[in-house]
Amino acid sequence: MTQKLVVIGAGMASGRALEHLFEAGADWDVTLFNAEPRGNYNRIMLSPVLSGEKTYQEIVTHDEAWYQERGVDTRFGTRVTEVDRAAKIVRGSDGSEIAYDKLLFATGSNPFIIPMPGHDLEGVIAYRDLEDTERMMNMPAGSKVVVIGGGLLGLEAAAGMAARGVEVTVVHIMGHLMERQLDEPAGYLLRRALMDKGITVKCKANSKEILGQDGKVRALLLDDGTELPCDLLVMAVGIRPNTKLGADCGLAVGRGIHVDDQMVTSDPDVLAVGECVEHNGAVFGLVAPLYDQAKVVAKTLMGEEAAFQPREISTKLKVTGCDLFSAGDFAEGNGREDIVFRDPARGVYKRVVIKDNKIIGAVMYGDTADGNWFYGMMKDGTDISDMRETLIFGPAYQGGASVDPMAAVAALPADAEICGCNGICKGQIVDAINAGAHDLAGIRATTKASASCGTCTGLVEQVLAVTLGDEFVMPSVQSVCGCTDLSHEDVRRLIKSQELKSQQAVWQELGWKTVNGCHVCRPAINYYLLADWPVEYQDDPQSRFVNERNHANIQKDGTYSVVPRMWGGITTPDELRAIADAAEKYNAKTVKVTGGQRIDLLGIKKEDLPGIWYDLNQAGMVSGHAYSKGLRTVKTCVGTDHCRFGTQDSTGLGIKLEKALWGSWTPHKVKLAVSGCPRNCAEATCKDVGIICVDSGYEVSVAGAAGMDVKETEFLAKVPTEAEALELTCAFIQIYRENAKYLDRAYKWVAKVGLDWVKEQVVDDLANRKALAERFELSQSIYRKDPWADLAAPQQAERFAPVADFTLEAAE
Amino acid sequence: MSWTDIAALEDIPVRGARIVKTHAGCIAVFRTDDDEVFATSDRCPHKGGPLSEGIVHGKSVTCPLHNWVFSLETGEAQGADEGQIATYPARVENGRVLMDLSEINKVAA
Repeated sequence: MTQKLVVIGAGMASGRALEHLFEAGADWDVTLFNAEPRGNYNRIMLSPVLSGEKTYQEIVTHDEAWYQERGVDTRFGTRVTEVDRAAKIVRGSDGSEIAYDKLLFATGSNPFIIPMPGHDLEGVIAYRDLEDTERMMNMPAGSKVVVIGGGLLGLEAAAGMAARGVEVTVVHIMGHLMERQLDEPAGYLLRRALMDKGITVKCKANSKEILGQDGKVRALLLDDGTELPCDLLVMAVGIRPNTKLGADCGLAVGRGIHVDDQMVTSDPDVLAVGECVEHNGAVFGLVAPLYDQAKVVAKTLMGEEAAFQPREISTKLKVTGCDLFSAGDFAEGNGREDIVFRDPARGVYKRVVIKDNKIIGAVMYGDTADGNWFYGMMKDGTDISDMRETLIFGPAYQGGASVDPMAAVAALPADAEICGCNGICKGQIVDAINAGAHDLAGIRATTKASASCGTCTGLVEQVLAVTLGDEFVMPSVQSVCGCTDLSHEDVRRLIKSQELKSQQAVWQELGWKTVNGCHVCRPAINYYLLADWPVEYQDDPQSRFVNERNHANIQKDGTYSVVPRMWGGITTPDELRAIADAAEKYNAKTVKVTGGQRIDLLGIKKEDLPGIWYDLNQAGMVSGHAYSKGLRTVKTCVGTDHCRFGTQDSTGLGIKLEKALWGSWTPHKVKLAVSGCPRNCAEATCKDVGIICVDSGYEVSVAGAAGMDVKETEFLAKVPTEAEALELTCAFIQIYRENAKYLDRAYKWVAKVGLDWVKEQVVDDLANRKALAERFELSQSIYRKDPWADLAAPQQAERFAPVADFTLEAAE
Repeated sequence: MSWTDIAALEDIPVRGARIVKTHAGCIAVFRTDDDEVFATSDRCPHKGGPLSEGIVHGKSVTCPLHNWVFSLETGEAQGADEGQIATYPARVENGRVLMDLSEINKVAA
């Protein structure tokens, strides 16, 4: 006897389920309700429709005719308003009442709209159906759209609109795009590719409010105060199973409508399929499991045995030119191993995660041809121990291939600047080589590349090697560490010329051999990035040595020393009292006067650091940075204030210098001194920068040392005014910051580049001196602040205490 | 195994560590780039340096005092140095860090 089946929702899952039913010749009288005024189309192909690569007609899977041929009573545009399970009747918004023997819920999901202020403004849409797509397609070229959500859907929407000439900004709350499918390196490459398409991508960005005008969206406000103007705002932050109708009629509902392995709900005559269901605690958003469910639901309806089993799924992004593949699990868990392959020249990144000799996850970017090969082995649980060595190269390369350390330089375009001093690009060097300059001296003579400060020497040699092949013998250079073959100088230059602004960019573009560096290279790279891109790059505490991370000096017993700043060595009775109080309150084991004219409290426990900082802050004192590769102190004598020999206000200049320079990060520590007369009581002539005041002005000398090496400073210049002494000092510190190798003190760096070169830059070239001082000031606008004040705040202070303490529990 | 809830994963900085105090001494709980967690003794066998303050790279940590590098998975010193730190079972579940403290409690008892 023909049974009556009512289906609620004409989406991809129910469409596939009906196909299976009719193919098997099942005898059902089907009524199909759909709130959308159309039949089933391939929703995952909306993105190609948006970008113009396909038309809507091409993605329709079941049109009116298809249903008619199969005798389906279609009620498109009709919403089901009520299900009466006792009477086994469904009521529609058109007033119809349809009786059923079996009912199939395929109500799908609703886009999640963040309930932030302004979400109900005109012009705020989700990305879910054809209406949304058409809305985006109608945005004229040149209009502005903000997309909230850097997941699969959000990025496809962004790319589709960008292809139509719309100015798109993607706002993503997490640290990298598609964080559920991609790891950070792949996320970085994706971001770069999207930015190449003209899309602005903002990660770690928190949306605060949607701003409107006359009831229409005008801009998105982020919680850092940034306003992003837009004519349309698309929220693509996720979906929620549409369970309302199911819950209303009393079915068991959690996040989705509960189903068992046979896709039967808590009512044996009601089944559910697709994005509206919850199976074993999981809900579904990708198409592969939905099709599996459709198969099961059809079999259950036909009285055959079948069970739905979730399986590993893989993801591909449907954005032209962004080739990425992700499958399985590549985060969390012990006993996992990574095999990583990077090819900067081709923009390729591949990572396979292995556990117990089996592939459990794979991420690839740029070259996804082998994705299904890895995915197949992952699904089958293939033991890969025999092909481990060559696994990452894919099925075609089981013979093995080697990574070329020269790939980074080979990949540089001809207009990439190699020599910053003389503005020489790779192309000019290659031309010179082709014209007969076959060694470094020849290149220097013909192009001047590497003939000035010399920091690009390694790169020039690599260009020679890449261009000449075996003809050129590379002199051995010392690489930063085992993670790379590049030297510090090479890395610095490439960070500038390729505009690498994140650690991920460095690891990828320069072909790092490790996932995220090591204790040798990470602090160096962190420094180079923040020195070259003070505004764009954010300092990473986890790439800092303990003292700089905890803003105190660790001692051999694990306690810390705390040194508050005393500007120019000047203090007050109030400050001294506060220091004495703090020393007692926090049980300082030793109180010592330092060589830098301030007071060191030793033996402070880590968990007490936020407390002592807070107390010292209250007395007006800030960190003395006695722990940093940065400005330490400016030592002074009392100058004209008190001394009968003083020629200038050396104390005043010292304080001004310290206030200008404090908080700055430098390649190694920086110490200054200002003496009020040539008697040099402040011992200025063994500092990184020493100033001797004379009647007619200020003698500035640099590159002294009084540590492992003892060295007198070298005379840089004499300037007539205090303002010039300040500017010259800042310019010198900045040129040192921009060029020196990490952990080279100023005297070591000056010995490498030569004092004459430094003089050319900061003494003779006044415009350059000013530009350097301005760049220093820009960086200081960010770093000239007290780290203690930030870390003493309650939410930061927590991290100085143990995360859990089981010694407080009674011993059992 | 009996798993004890230690903290939220977010409480531990990425590529960083936090301390758990126990009767058997301080345990360092590390979080890698990939949000894996590892628990080891906090004490470097060389000169007692606090490993939780070291730089975390890949699945290794470098002691802040004298740059000994340890595998977080095996506890073995890497490179030329010879030494071993204790490792303890730890995992992440629903955003919480769980540790098996049974070995530690045995030591303390």
